[in-house]
Amino acid sequence: MALVTGSRKGIGKYLVERLLQQGYQVVGCSREAVDWELEGYWHHQTDVSDEDQVQALFDAIRKRYGRLDVTVNNAGVASMNHLLLTPVKTLDYVNAVNIRGTFLVTRASARLMRAHKFGRIINMSTIAVPLSLAGESIYVASKSAVEALTRVASRELADFGITVNAIGPTPIETDLIRNVPAAKIQELINQLAIKRLGQPEDVFNLVQFLIKPESSYITGQIIYLGGPL
Amino acid sequence: MSRDELRDLILTTIRQFTEMPETTALDETTRLFGDQTILDSLGLVSVLMDIEQQVNDQLNTSIVIADERAMSQQRSPFRSVGSLTDYVLLLTTEQTGA
Repeated sequence: MALVTGSRKGIGKYLVERLLQQGYQVVGCSREAVDWELEGYWHHQTDVSDEDQVQALFDAIRKRYGRLDVTVNNAGVASMNHLLLTPVKTLDYVNAVNIRGTFLVTRASARLMRAHKFGRIINMSTIAVPLSLAGESIYVASKSAVEALTRVASRELADFGITVNAIGPTPIETDLIRNVPAAKIQELINQLAIKRLGQPEDVFNLVQFLIKPESSYITGQIIYLGGPL
Repeated sequence: MSRDELRDLILTTIRQFTEMPETTALDETTRLFGDQTILDSLGLVSVLMDIEQQVNDQLNTSIVIADERAMSQQRSPFRSVGSLTDYVLLLTTEQTGA
């Protein structure tokens, strides 16, 4: 039984499809409804930054499935702007989704997972964090917080059989980078060991590895795609 | 759920978690954290989550025991079985109105 947040499109939707192929029953959520259906998939309209909505989502999961094995905290928003031109509302919005949302879903997931002494929580960071990418101060700050949350949560949840790791993808062809200039993306790619855009498959490959029962000794790790930075 | 029923649910949950024999004394005065208590910090977290889940299942509520009010009180409602019983009763009463 797996939960993918931000599952309406992009990497989230791809992860849903691949987890279904692996035999998981998958619950997904996004603020908006989806215009697609998949067998074994159950969608919820949930704003992950809203505590009551997250509670309702997990009440529904518990009543229907009674357990949760995997959570991918994929829901996230980016903001690309010079710090001097960034409105404070952007800070609040990005933090609400990226930090508050990850926290709320992680907390609710762990409460459900601990009953079976097994859980895999995967958070999404970005290589923009180690690159300290100019023009992404708020996004990088929020994802740095997600990384810190990942490390601390891994310690606090280890005794419950729950691992918490984070994936730091390179730019992937999704809506998240749609408005980023091509030159900016290329500049970023040039700093990677493997100089190409990431693929959703690259992310799923790591998800698949981290959720394996055999990966029980891997926690608190932030794994960046694309090689050393 | 009456206060006595709630207290018994809490006592049963603690007994199950700690695998404490029935002969071991456990009552409203039993302290839940601090020196020489029956639960370590992780045990207290687990017991609170178990109690919250059982109460919500039985009463069809969605109480959150470790809420801001609990955390901001000078005297923690989690200090003893009795104070925890009172606090959970308060939360459930607020939600159910009964």
